Amino acid sequence: MARKSENSHKLVVTCLAWTIGFLIFFPILWTVLMSFKSEADAIKSPFAMLSSAWTLDSYAEVQSRSNYPRFFMNSVVLSIGSTVLALIIAIPAAWAMAFVPGRRTKDLLMWMLSTKMMPAVGVLVPMYLIFRDFGLLDTRTGLVIVLTLVNLPIVVWMLYTYFKEIPGEILEAARMDGANLRSEIIYVLTPMAVPGIASTMLLNVILAWNEAFWTLQLTTSKAAPLTQFIASYSSPEGLFYAKLSAASTMAIAPILILGWFSQKQLVRGLTFGAVK
Amino acid sequence: MGKIVLKSVHKSFGDVAVIPSIDLSIEDGEFVVFVGPSGCGKSTLLRLIAGLEDTTSGTIEIDGKDATDLPPAKRGLAMVFQSYALYPHMSVKKNILFPLKMAGMDPAEAEKRVAGAASVLNLTDYLDRKPGQLSGGQRQRVAIGRAIVREPSAFLFDEPLSNLDASLRVNMRQEISELHQSLKTTMIYVTHDQVEAMTMADKIVVLQAGRIEQVGSPMELYRNPANTFVAGFIGSPRMNLITGPEAQKQKAATIGIRPEHLVISEKGTWQGVVGLSEHLGSDTFLKVAVPGMEPITVRADGELTLRHGDPIGLSPMDGKLHRFGNDGKTLA
Repeated sequence: MARKSENSHKLVVTCLAWTIGFLIFFPILWTVLMSFKSEADAIKSPFAMLSSAWTLDSYAEVQSRSNYPRFFMNSVVLSIGSTVLALIIAIPAAWAMAFVPGRRTKDLLMWMLSTKMMPAVGVLVPMYLIFRDFGLLDTRTGLVIVLTLVNLPIVVWMLYTYFKEIPGEILEAARMDGANLRSEIIYVLTPMAVPGIASTMLLNVILAWNEAFWTLQLTTSKAAPLTQFIASYSSPEGLFYAKLSAASTMAIAPILILGWFSQKQLVRGLTFGAVK
Repeated sequence: MGKIVLKSVHKSFGDVAVIPSIDLSIEDGEFVVFVGPSGCGKSTLLRLIAGLEDTTSGTIEIDGKDATDLPPAKRGLAMVFQSYALYPHMSVKKNILFPLKMAGMDPAEAEKRVAGAASVLNLTDYLDRKPGQLSGGQRQRVAIGRAIVREPSAFLFDEPLSNLDASLRVNMRQEISELHQSLKTTMIYVTHDQVEAMTMADKIVVLQAGRIEQVGSPMELYRNPANTFVAGFIGSPRMNLITGPEAQKQKAATIGIRPEHLVISEKGTWQGVVGLSEHLGSDTFLKVAVPGMEPITVRADGELTLRHGDPIGLSPMDGKLHRFGNDGKTLA
């Protein structure tokens, strides 16, 4: 009896988990499905839409209307550039906070996190003016800097928690063995923290890839990433659902594939320390 | 060379003075053991010498040069940690090679040194393994290997044997002593185990609450402890410390007698009853209750047949009684 009720309990939980999973995944699925329909079919009722003919017209249209490779390259440069820059700044910062904490380290960490609580639009005007005056509008450099700053608190926090797990004695041993600070970080700390750094990197690439406030506000064409590419198909009027879906699918596909292949690493990194 | 001199070294963490003030001189080639109960500041003192902690005031000289403000890497000392602190991502070989790489040594020469150290420490077959694949004893050997390859002016050991099981600990203890005899390099060894201190040291530094209680050779400390703390700490089983009328008879606040310096005889000075007898084979340890005195531990012959409840007479051997004053210090 006990075995039986346990099994039915499992069944309920499994069904529930699949349902929730499906609900979360549904918008993406629907976008992908819609991208293979004609504009006229895309706005039909769901059942009518599914039974209508499949077509690649929207993709062809999007291809001919905009320069996908350029948006794609911008997204790659922005997400990888800002991630690398953030890591270069965050690794020493997290090292300092984890291994030589001062009296105010905890406050500093909280303060850094609190900057993420501020709505970005609150500083839009000053940021725009600074960008204009420094000639950074619509440049990759400018956006790399902004995306680095936007994600830096999270990167420092994540690395800090990973570094906390590394025994300080090993770093002291490196110091005794004649390593200076640079060698200590490069040869001992970083290789030991590889799983943590890798998942931080992945998460940051994803966050930067999907960032859609600053990338939309501070670019127009030259430095515009895939978020702009999607936005260019969103219109208050007209029937562009299928094309918008095709553009969205093309924009999220690379990061979805990256996420799919690295999900093990991501989960491992995000639960690092919790299940030691 | 490896002469280390501490002058008025003081260390505080915030408002807490962990080490009020210490003066100590460690000669080249000496095996010095810092011993004391946990929290006595012995590890802190070692870390100050290593440079892993900054002194609050005072100076540390290594080979006649002021090293107080030098970073650990520049002091020419090697350290073996309690947790071994091996680099988990490097093979045994790379672990041992690391200090040489940091010193910028010629790779061919470095390889030769690693091979030499590995053969001394029986690690040759394990050079390609990662630390995670080694036993505790082997890890300890790698940690020692990493320390000896660079031929430091002194070795610092921070309770290196406390993570090993009892039998391995005895082996490693002997290996470290043999290593000292062959290298003749200064070694500073921190432990809370007085047996390690007695067996390994040329010179023992007994610490309590950040103060040096006594410095001397193991036998000096055993024969002439400066105070009740050292008397109770050095020697196993510990010295019997007796207060009350028996001590007053000797014109002292406390008298001390080691368990091995008591003679069992019917007409003994102190008459008591056996409480507990522990037979180790080679020796028998008796806990004896004597009216008006603290329980007394006696070390007796292994074949002794006295049991719980048997009457017993005890006399201290001539000249083996220690007398301590009210302040705990030994009386002349």
